[in-house]
Amino acid sequence: MIAYIARRILQMIPVFIGVTIILFILRSPGVIGGDPIRMITGERAISETLYNQLVEKYGLNKPFYVQYVRYLNDLVHGDLGTSYQKNRPVTSILWSKFPNTLKLALAAILIEIVFGILAGVISAVKRYSFWDVLVTLSTSVLVSLPVFWLGMLLQLIFGLKFKQWGLPYLPISGMGGDQFPQIVHLIMPAITLASVSTAYAARIMRSQLLEVMGQDYMRTAAAKGLSNAKVIWNHGMKNAMIPVVTYFGLDLGAMMGGTVLTETVFNWPGIGREIFLAIGQRDWPIVLGATIIIVFIVMALNLLVDISYAFLDPRIRYGRQAT
Amino acid sequence: MDKDLPSEKATESPITGAVVPPSLASPDAERDQLGEEFELVTGPARSLRADAMRRLRRNKLALAGLVWIVLVILVAVTADLWAPRWLGDPVEIDSTTAAQRMLLPPSWEHPFGTDKLGRDIASRVVYGARVSLIVGVVAVAIMVLIGLIMGGIAAYYGGIWDAIIMRLADVFFAFPYILFAITLIAVLGRRGIENVFFAIGFLGWPSIARVFRSSVLSVKENEYVDAARAMGASTPRILIRHIMPNAVAPIIVYATMSIGGAILTEAALSFLGMGVQPPDPSWGNMLSDARAFMQSAPHMMIFPGLAILTTVLAFVLLGDGLRDALDVKLKE
Repeated sequence: MIAYIARRILQMIPVFIGVTIILFILRSPGVIGGDPIRMITGERAISETLYNQLVEKYGLNKPFYVQYVRYLNDLVHGDLGTSYQKNRPVTSILWSKFPNTLKLALAAILIEIVFGILAGVISAVKRYSFWDVLVTLSTSVLVSLPVFWLGMLLQLIFGLKFKQWGLPYLPISGMGGDQFPQIVHLIMPAITLASVSTAYAARIMRSQLLEVMGQDYMRTAAAKGLSNAKVIWNHGMKNAMIPVVTYFGLDLGAMMGGTVLTETVFNWPGIGREIFLAIGQRDWPIVLGATIIIVFIVMALNLLVDISYAFLDPRIRYGRQAT
Repeated sequence: MDKDLPSEKATESPITGAVVPPSLASPDAERDQLGEEFELVTGPARSLRADAMRRLRRNKLALAGLVWIVLVILVAVTADLWAPRWLGDPVEIDSTTAAQRMLLPPSWEHPFGTDKLGRDIASRVVYGARVSLIVGVVAVAIMVLIGLIMGGIAAYYGGIWDAIIMRLADVFFAFPYILFAITLIAVLGRRGIENVFFAIGFLGWPSIARVFRSSVLSVKENEYVDAARAMGASTPRILIRHIMPNAVAPIIVYATMSIGGAILTEAALSFLGMGVQPPDPSWGNMLSDARAFMQSAPHMMIFPGLAILTTVLAFVLLGDGLRDALDVKLKE
């Protein structure tokens, strides 16, 4: 097991280097278009001496590889640079927004788990029934729906129209500070963020359960007189769940990246909205810093998923490495 | 002889996760690509294509998708002939009448209503279809081209090339797709449709490369490839004439679905103000405009959204249908 974990961590190193090189290139002066010193100082006129001091300070006169090593060193020490606009360390800005994004992502994952599994199981057990067709069609619609439009539709119906009609309505923006508790603010953004993933989760659950239901041990379980529900629950679900759980793990990372749209639509003050606002202000340290943090979270989650997968299924630990 | 060396090396690379195409019973090495006749193991002799077409025709949802796509293409191509005359100009603002025509709800004159500047939304949706289709096709073409080259090199040459390209694909997969697209375009600074092509193509290739790599790995083990090599065919010839036609089915399926995905990505980028720039209409930037008028003019957000949903859904359904018809197993 330890050997397996060590091997997986070793495999992550090239990916880590690749990711950091790409982000390093993206933040280099030639790419972002413009003089980085000017970006830091803004419109203020500065003397040539000060300019040269800043070039020296940020190592911009050093060769490419020296700058890269310096960049890596900063990363490892949790230094993502300073925001141009707010003049605060990027790390502390993002750190203050991170809990909000995490709340949103966890709420979305919860919705995805409950409804994804439920829809998938119903449509597998009642294959070709009305419910199966309904689930299959609605998953196709959900994956084709622009998430931001879904968010706007929810705002229109459950926020504006319900209020207009005198029905209990939901807040369409922000995360609190009004008559609504935070959890109520969370409902619509979480549904929006969860929509596409729930559709995929339902599809995976359905196909996995259908595959498991064709196995011999399922027939054996039925033959020894277990009720249908018991067969599916005790023997079917346990085996069908592994890929589904894997998907949830990977998806939590993907959601972190997908929050830009949802948080923008609902003005949810998380990392995604921070990225959107920073783009408008050309505050690249925030954009690139948030990107690298999210990529690290995704990589860490992938690793955790792989390890738990190997823990659950010994064949992976000892088997040949699949590529 | 030199040309044969890399392929010998390639046979050493492990074959994993291979997509096995159906009925590779008696492919004729010298026959034309895609026109190849495959003998089915059971039933009457039918070409693979005819068989796939038959299965596709039975799939009502996929056909509905196809019909919708054809309709959207016709509307987009012929827009200049009728949209400005019947509906109104999609971009120009008629300053004399704009004040009376702002934010009008749907009517006979303006079937989808008008926007905040008094422009006809139906006309803008029609022209938006052009943007979406062009982005879908061009971006996916770039993505498929890069993916085929990378996947082909990785699978055919194997060894160090395979390792480098697949690790590179891993790096791209580590980035959440939409976030990477946003970051890339934001940092590159230049906004507009070309950047959307570039971002989608540049970020989407690893999936195509993986799919193509595994089909090539499985196809390349067939005797007819050895036969072609024994007959002295060059490596590019083997790749293009013998391997490509037999490894292309999953790519067709994946590309069809990706067009839908590209349309969604363009809409999202334009919504965030990073794709097509106003005043040019795109379904995404129309939705962005609509946000401010959700209460007073909800029709502004309904029609562009429906246009995205139906068009993307059509590509998804067609892709699903093609997958079943061509009997392709995609892992993702």
